[in-house]
Amino acid sequence: MAIIPHQVTEPTARGPRTKLDVERVRKDFPALDQTVHGKPLVYLDNAATSQKPLAVIEAEEDFYRRDCSNIHRGVHELSDRATRAYETARVKVQRFLNARDTREIIFVRGTTEAINLVASTFGRKNIHAGDEVLITAMEHHSNIVPWQILCEEKGAKLRVAPINDRGEVLFEEFEKLLGPKTRLAAVVHVSNVLGTINPVRELIEAAHRKNVPVLVDGAQAAPHLKVDVRALDCDFYAFSGHKLYGPTGIGVLYGKAELLDTMPPYQGGGDMISSVTFEKTVYNSLPYKFEAGTSNIAGGIGLGAAIDYLNQIGMENIAAYEDELLAYATEAVSRIPGLRIIGTAAKKAGVISFVMEGIHPHDVGTVLDQEGIAVRTGHHCAQPLMERFGIPATTRASFAFYNTKREIDALVAGIYKAKELLG
Amino acid sequence: MSDLRALYQEVILDHSKRPRNFRVIEGTDHCAEGYNPLCGDRVTIYVKLEDDRISDVAFRGSGCAISTSSASLLTETVKGKTLAEADALFEKFHALVTGEVDGNHAGGVPLGKLAVFSGVAEFPVRVKCATLAWHTLRSALKGEAKTVTTE
Repeated sequence: MAIIPHQVTEPTARGPRTKLDVERVRKDFPALDQTVHGKPLVYLDNAATSQKPLAVIEAEEDFYRRDCSNIHRGVHELSDRATRAYETARVKVQRFLNARDTREIIFVRGTTEAINLVASTFGRKNIHAGDEVLITAMEHHSNIVPWQILCEEKGAKLRVAPINDRGEVLFEEFEKLLGPKTRLAAVVHVSNVLGTINPVRELIEAAHRKNVPVLVDGAQAAPHLKVDVRALDCDFYAFSGHKLYGPTGIGVLYGKAELLDTMPPYQGGGDMISSVTFEKTVYNSLPYKFEAGTSNIAGGIGLGAAIDYLNQIGMENIAAYEDELLAYATEAVSRIPGLRIIGTAAKKAGVISFVMEGIHPHDVGTVLDQEGIAVRTGHHCAQPLMERFGIPATTRASFAFYNTKREIDALVAGIYKAKELLG
Repeated sequence: MSDLRALYQEVILDHSKRPRNFRVIEGTDHCAEGYNPLCGDRVTIYVKLEDDRISDVAFRGSGCAISTSSASLLTETVKGKTLAEADALFEKFHALVTGEVDGNHAGGVPLGKLAVFSGVAEFPVRVKCATLAWHTLRSALKGEAKTVTTE
């Protein structure tokens, strides 16, 4: 596929500025070009999953059409091509995260599996009776439940750092909860409900002062911000391909090599061994020690294509454009009488969750759907967070760089329609 | 908009804003909690039985317009009915909201006001909202203590 640059440089009063050409970008996403209930699709459910650019769809298709073969074990041409494509994708991920080494990049099914991997390997080895795992009050279920399972098994304790009414972690409380028994802190980078961008670098520094390693759930951050695992100095970083404009069923666990080396394997099987006898098995080196069985090869290659695509546009440009969208949407939505935004942190990514007086989120979602507008309604896999705000559910609009101000106008009009019908 | 008007009929909006029998019945064994984890709808149904007849029925909870109005209309409809009649109503109501029967032309137990839920059939994802209270009623009548979920 030809590489089309998506940036145009426009001189402005304050000097030249790189701008994202959204109309051009939209043409790369075939799913955006459709009508729903007779209206043009307005896809604002990007925090659930993002649409895929042609480059990703074609990369997966090319693999199945031409290079389909198993990796790491064949002597034949196709296997060699498949292995190279898959391992090239690993290099792309390594550069995307600014990791030191490809040995630190483990392919998994998604963020959930990445966190479960750390819980069942690092966790089982290092967390014992009386120990503590520290999370925050705004975690997704996938960064709560694996730790609960582990704590229950080990007789350890799950501690939760509280947040304020704007949806920001109380730093001092977090710091106080880091005690001599804390063995790991697991924090979300960007909240899927509130949009809060947590000051993970500061949280990590605080944890490291107490020699506590930190896992960062980056599912909502990787698609919207430039992530640099070395600058953050996180010990683990997890994200999903499908929220990053890549395929479903592929994700990444980054871990510092020195930690990964000391961890027992996750699953046993082929590819994760270097030799097996009935008496003893010698495990493979990193990252393969953690990749038992045939991986999602096409998914990995598709994720590599997604990263290439994002690099073409530039994560900085994406973040800047999405900030602009969020500011526009926040202002427009705030003006709607009877509407309350849940999550008003000083630093936010492109998510607006809201509740409306006298109208349940589920009903808002149905009305919006009839207008062709896709949003998420419900508890967003964060029930403890809903409880913190004393609400059963929210309506959530989440943005991507292919969304437009026109679409936000459609959202606002849709909300007014819901008020007219149900209010 | 026409589908939406068919879904959110005046009777439904009225019952969702001013639910009837929205109270607790103290001291009854026939009570159950229903929960729809997908949207967070919660409803508790309280039933008082005299022999096999429902002499009083009430509910508490929070939910969307469809689930709240469904619970409210349920209490109005099944009050005074026998257990067998309530069960037959649930069967028919279920068939109505899943689009298996046309509420206005089906024989058997008359649906009465429940016919306003015919629009739900056009919104398959909302069927669970409409039936949550009914599943919970069934559980309350069986005296099951467990929370009913629609998942």
